[in-house]
Amino acid sequence: MKSGSRLERLLEAGHFVVTAELGPPKGPEVTVVERKMSLLAGACDAINVTDNQTAIVRLSSAATCAILHQHGLEPVMQMTCRDRNRLAMQADIFGAVALGVRNLLCLSGDHQTFGNHPSAKNVYDLDSIQMIQMVKRLRDEGLTAGGDAVEGQVPLLIGGAANPFGDPFEMRIIRLAKKVAAGADFIQTQCVFDVARFKEWMRRVVDLGLHEKVAILAGVMPLKSAAAGRFINANVPGITVPEAIIERLSRAGRGAKAREEGMRLCAETIQELRTIEGVRGVHIMAVEWEEAIRPIAEMAGLLPRPEPPERAVGPTP
Amino acid sequence: MIVAERKPMAEILSFIQGVNRLLVVGCDTCVAVCLAGGAKEVAVLSAALRLALRERTPALEIIERSVERQCEEEFNAPLAEDIAKVEAVLSMACGVGVQTLAEQFPNALIYPALNTKFMGRPETTGIWAERCLGCGDCVLGRFGGICPITRCSKSLLNGPCGGSSNGRCEVDPEHLECAWQLIYDRLSRLGQLERLYAIEPPKDWRPAHDGGPRRVTREDLRP
Repeated sequence: MKSGSRLERLLEAGHFVVTAELGPPKGPEVTVVERKMSLLAGACDAINVTDNQTAIVRLSSAATCAILHQHGLEPVMQMTCRDRNRLAMQADIFGAVALGVRNLLCLSGDHQTFGNHPSAKNVYDLDSIQMIQMVKRLRDEGLTAGGDAVEGQVPLLIGGAANPFGDPFEMRIIRLAKKVAAGADFIQTQCVFDVARFKEWMRRVVDLGLHEKVAILAGVMPLKSAAAGRFINANVPGITVPEAIIERLSRAGRGAKAREEGMRLCAETIQELRTIEGVRGVHIMAVEWEEAIRPIAEMAGLLPRPEPPERAVGPTP
Repeated sequence: MIVAERKPMAEILSFIQGVNRLLVVGCDTCVAVCLAGGAKEVAVLSAALRLALRERTPALEIIERSVERQCEEEFNAPLAEDIAKVEAVLSMACGVGVQTLAEQFPNALIYPALNTKFMGRPETTGIWAERCLGCGDCVLGRFGGICPITRCSKSLLNGPCGGSSNGRCEVDPEHLECAWQLIYDRLSRLGQLERLYAIEPPKDWRPAHDGGPRRVTREDLRP
């Protein structure tokens, strides 16, 4: 075991895992975290906690993860390269591990011009692949990026992101292979709406045997309305919501009806993804709509969530 | 070249409030080539200042000068006489030129008339674009002659982020190309795609500004 995390144990036991996302509040309002935790508890196996997502300042991922851990939930801490140099990354990783975090997702991070502090200086001392490599070294060799010995162990399951739909297409596979070579244990993908295109990408992944080296969790996102789908098509690079999905949402009407249809569509996507070779789980990103996670998991036949095998005594890095 | 752009008139005017005798001094190297601060721009700015201040400072006298390279003291030496006559100096050089004047003439008030933008080149008429961040340890040999540190909005060294779409960068799709699309296309044309499979290690930023203000020493040239 690399981390002994619940996520790792479930993957090792061969379960189809479910992760979801929790966006921390725009301030230290713990009740927001508690409300969202109650929506997610039991509906997924691990909860990604975003790190100043879309470059908007929020309660820190590490602190939010610690709160989740204290409540018996399993966090996946997200960390971006945008806000920290290699010193801050390692310090925050040590802090998170000390507070009980066992899964880390390494990300480039959304550019700060998209957020609420567009005049900020960014960091990008390391990129996400270099961060993965650094964390693996902390964990497996007990050495910092600077080469010093780490006091204590860093039992983390290391994750990375992949965008099967970004350009250039061929580069996406190269990048995935590099993340695997750098030490990624799991991959959470960009939201899949176009399952056919995702299948094409997965075929390449399987051809290269990457699915045997890394657990791929396909990202999904429920849409609240047809307008939300159109917004993504117009504004989010690398994601295309197929017209058929927008049409179904549109036919469903407005408000609660559309939301219900959005959740159903998401559950259907999950069921389809589940049949694709190499897909080991799903990552449900319901941005500021954590209420949707449990119904989606239910509709997709993913509840109740399994209990992982007992943890081996102590992590064995 | 160093590319610069003239500051807004209001900011320039704020520097020279109440000044009656002013020297406007351009530089005939980079900033002249990018049409921001050469002899011609000195004349244009001086005319604009006279017009803007004709009521507020009717006695305004402007001396117009331009030097070959304001970043080298020997070219600025002939300015001493003019500087002695004026109350303030507006430099139309890049930041290096402005600082050279300030070091060379410790008692003179020197103000910048330009914003120094970047090291770049003209892409087409009227458009200049950044090409080098001066990181101090050139990586171009590994990336087909396209700099990911300068031209990727996140300076990523191991491939594109998720924000690359149709060859454009999500930070400003209208104006910015994705550096990684360019690198991919070029290495693909050169038959060197295998370069992209190697993990690029963390960059040593010491040769960049992160190691503190830099200097180059050439012992063979020292007296």
